[in-house]
Amino acid sequence: MEAARNAREAAPRSPAALSAELSDARLVALCRGGDEDAWSTLVERFSRYVYAIATQAFRLPQQDAEDVFQEVFARVYERLDTLREDEAVRPWIAQLTRRLCIDRLRAGSREVVADTEELPDGPDEDVLAQLEEAFDVHDALARLSENCRDILDRFFARDESYRAIGDALELPAGTIASRISRCLVKLREEIGPEARPENR
Amino acid sequence: MSGYDIERLSRLIGMLPPAPAAWTRAARELPRARRELDGIVERAEADAEFRRALIADLENALRAEGVEPTTWPLLDELRRRVL
Repeated sequence: MEAARNAREAAPRSPAALSAELSDARLVALCRGGDEDAWSTLVERFSRYVYAIATQAFRLPQQDAEDVFQEVFARVYERLDTLREDEAVRPWIAQLTRRLCIDRLRAGSREVVADTEELPDGPDEDVLAQLEEAFDVHDALARLSENCRDILDRFFARDESYRAIGDALELPAGTIASRISRCLVKLREEIGPEARPENR
Repeated sequence: MSGYDIERLSRLIGMLPPAPAAWTRAARELPRARRELDGIVERAEADAEFRRALIADLENALRAEGVEPTTWPLLDELRRRVL
């Protein structure tokens, strides 16, 4: 039994599996200790979130969003030591992203409408709230089997067709819809009734 | 059904598409880029000829060091520290 556990621990884990196992606080502690695999995992865990805040809540054009994205991770890397509570890394990253998006919008508006007092549009607060929920759903998704995680992510987040998913996962295209349905039910079970918005 | 019904779950999954692969790659490579930056700055401080090469043509001097400037995430910081 000990040998089996050692073998499991020694076996290489996929970034998604590693990401699902580690709490935010543990991940931050590993990054602070110079663990580069942990840093990659942190980037993977928060990259979609940062990207979505910049492009959906602030509607930044792609070039500006890329600049913000790189600046966010550069600052996170540089300033991880200043984070007071490791488990608060998600709100910290969100706040950093929002601040850099606002700076970017202000800089853009100064260039474009230098002769007016108009302020740039702020973030869409509804979208920001929905992105928090979406992050929690993706957290739950990461705890499902690799098959379910992959098929739901490909269909809903990557917008792949049944055919593309079938080709990538070597599944008959005719079975994709039923698998998606089954995996959505598993995801809902994973989240559980206590997390549903009406029960909050 | 309200709350996390299937339709709502589907929509929430779709709200977090992957960031472009090149962006995440650059962010993942920050630790290595940071080491490269520190090495370049240290060498520029110790080697006047290397420093002159950086000032004359930063991007080509980086390429000569095996660093591709167009995808390197710390180019602006290097400019600030060396130029």
